Amino acid sequence: MILTPEHLVIAPILIPFITGALLLFVEDRKRHLKAGASILATLALLGIAYELLEISHASGGRIVVYLLGDWPPPFAINLVLDRLSAMMLMLTSILAIPTLIFSLGRWHKAGLHFHTLFLLLLMGLNGAFLTGDLFNLFVFFEVMLAASYGLALHGSGLQRVRAGLHYIAINLTASLLFLIGVALIYGTTGTLSMADLAVRIPQIAEENRMLLEIGAAILGVAFLIKAGMWPLGFWLPTTYTFASAPVAAIFAIMSKVGIYVLLRLSLLFYGEEPGGGFGSQILFYGGLITIVFGIIGVLASQSLGRFAGFSVLVSSGTLLAAIGLTQTDITASALFYLTSSTLAISAFFMLIELVEKEQNPITSILAVTMEAFGESDEEEEDEEIVGIAIPGAVALLGISFAACSILLAGLPPLSGFIAKFAILTAILNPEGFGQGGTIVSAAWWFVALLILSGLAALIALVRAGIRIFWAPVAALVPRVLLTEIVPVAVLLFMTLALTVQAGPVMRFMEATAVSLHEPESYIEAVLKAPQAAQWRTEAEE
Amino acid sequence: MELVLSLGIGVLVGSGVWLLFRPRTYQVIIGLALLSYAVNLFIFSMGRLTVNAPPVVQAGAEIDPAAFADPIPQALVLTAIVIGFATTALFLVVLLASRGLTGTDHVDGKEPER
Repeated sequence: MILTPEHLVIAPILIPFITGALLLFVEDRKRHLKAGASILATLALLGIAYELLEISHASGGRIVVYLLGDWPPPFAINLVLDRLSAMMLMLTSILAIPTLIFSLGRWHKAGLHFHTLFLLLLMGLNGAFLTGDLFNLFVFFEVMLAASYGLALHGSGLQRVRAGLHYIAINLTASLLFLIGVALIYGTTGTLSMADLAVRIPQIAEENRMLLEIGAAILGVAFLIKAGMWPLGFWLPTTYTFASAPVAAIFAIMSKVGIYVLLRLSLLFYGEEPGGGFGSQILFYGGLITIVFGIIGVLASQSLGRFAGFSVLVSSGTLLAAIGLTQTDITASALFYLTSSTLAISAFFMLIELVEKEQNPITSILAVTMEAFGESDEEEEDEEIVGIAIPGAVALLGISFAACSILLAGLPPLSGFIAKFAILTAILNPEGFGQGGTIVSAAWWFVALLILSGLAALIALVRAGIRIFWAPVAALVPRVLLTEIVPVAVLLFMTLALTVQAGPVMRFMEATAVSLHEPESYIEAVLKAPQAAQWRTEAEE
Repeated sequence: MELVLSLGIGVLVGSGVWLLFRPRTYQVIIGLALLSYAVNLFIFSMGRLTVNAPPVVQAGAEIDPAAFADPIPQALVLTAIVIGFATTALFLVVLLASRGLTGTDHVDGKEPER
C-alpha cells in the first residue's frame, strides 16, 4: 500500500474512532491523559480538514473518491470528498476543539467516558459528511446518534433523563423511517451509491416512480426530524436546553447534518428538474413555518437555554427555506449562513453556561421575564456604588454576549449580517446582481421572515442582556475559568475572521454551490473513480 | 407468500405504532422493537421474494441472475438488526434511569393529573 493523498480522506473517520476506542481502556481517573489524547485527536482532525479543504478547492475543484476495500465503482462503498464535505469537516473540527476545551472546565468530570462519546460523535459526523453511499450514511447517522444519546444524558439528572427519553424515542423512530426509505429506494433502483442513484433515477420506469418517490419522501422525513422542521422539531429545544453546555455546543452542528444531506441529495437526485424538483416546495414552506415557530419560541422563552434552542430552529428554518428555493446564489449564501449561525449558536450555548452558572435558577428566569412580574417589586438599594470598575470577567462576558446577540440578530458588523445580507441579495436579484428579473411572490415572505427573525432575536437578547449585565436582579459575580471563556472568544473570533475574509469565503461558497447545482462532475468522478492500482501508476508517472 | 409477508409486516407496524403512542415507557420500547422487526422484514422483502435461491454466485461461471437471491438486502438487514439491537438496549438503560429518578414509568416522568 502506498500512502497517497487519497488515503487522507478516510482519516477524519479513523482518527476519532481509534482514539475514542482506545480511551475506553483508560480509567476515567486519568483525566489529564484522556483530555490530552482527545485534544490531540481533534487538533489532528483540524489539520487534516484544512488539508482536505485545500485539496478539494485546488485547481478548480477536485473530487476525491475513496473506494473502501478497493472494489470497482459503482459497487464499492465509497467516501467522496468535494468542496461541501470538506467545508463541513472543517466546520466540525473548528467547533470540536473549543467545545472540548470548554468541557475541561468541569463537564468532562460529570460522567463516564465523556471523551470517548465526544470522539465517536465526531466520527459519526465526519462519516456522514464524507460518505457517498446511502446505507453507509445510515450507519454513520447511527454512530452519531448513539454517541449523542450518551452525551445528551451526560451529567445525568432528572431533567436530562426526561428530555433524553423523548429524544431517543423520536430518533429511534426516525432511524426506522430512514431504513424504510433506503429499502424502498434500493427496491426500485437496485443501487445505494448516491452517484449511481443520480444516474438511475431519471431512467426509472413509470410504474416504479411512485414507489421511489414515496421512498425519497420517507427518507426526507427522517432528515427533517434531525433538522427540526416544524412539526417534526418539538423535541429539539428541550433536548438542547437540558444538555450540558459543551454538548449543546457540539449539537449545534448535529442539526445541520440533516440540512447537509437534504441539500446534497435533493440537488443530486432532482437538481436537473425545472422548478426545483421533487419536494422543494415542502422544504420551502416547511422552512418558513419553522422560522415562524422559532420566532414565537424565541420571544416566549423564559430562559436563555430555551432561547438558544429556538435559535437553532430559526437557523434550520432559514436554511430549509433557502434550499427549497433551489437557486445557485441562494444556496451559496445559505452555506455562508450555515457556517456563521452554527459558530454563533455554539458560542452562545457555552456563554449561557458561564452567565447562568453562579445564578440560582429562579434569578436566571427572572432575568428574562422580569417585565411580566412587574418592575415595581424591585426595590432600589441604597448602596452607593460609584466608581467601581466593572470586573474583567463581567466585561468579557458582556462583550461576548453582545457579540452573540449581534450575530444571532444579523446586525452589522459581524458575519451574521453578511450572511443574511447575502441571502436577501440573492433573493432580490434572481438573475444575478443588478440584472433584475422577477421575484417569486413567496420569496417576499421569506424576506419578511428573515428580517423579523432578526428583530425577534434582538428583542429577546436585549431584554435578557439588560437584566443580566446592567440591572441584575442579583449581583453577578461570575467565576470564569480561562479554559471556559477562551473557547467562546475563539468561536466569536472565527466569526470575526469570517467577516474580514468574507470575500474569499463567499467565493468558495459560490464555487461549492455551482458544483452542487451541476452534479455531473460529482457523478462522473464517482463512477469513474480510479482503483488503487491506478493511483500507483499515476503516482509513478 | 407475498400476502403472508405483507400481512405480517402490516400487523407488526400497526401494533408497533399503537404501542409507541402509549404513555408507559415499557409499551414504547416494545412498540419500537415490533417496528424494527417490521422494518427488517420490509428491507428483506425489497430484494424480492425467492424460494430456495442462493445469494452467492460461483466465481467465473456464467450465471442467470434470476436464479439467485439478491444478497444486498440480506447484508443490510444484518447491519440494521445489530444497530437496532444496540440502540434498543441503550434505550432500555435510559428507561430504567428514568424510572429510578422519577419513580414512575410514565414517559413524561410524572403521572397525569386526574
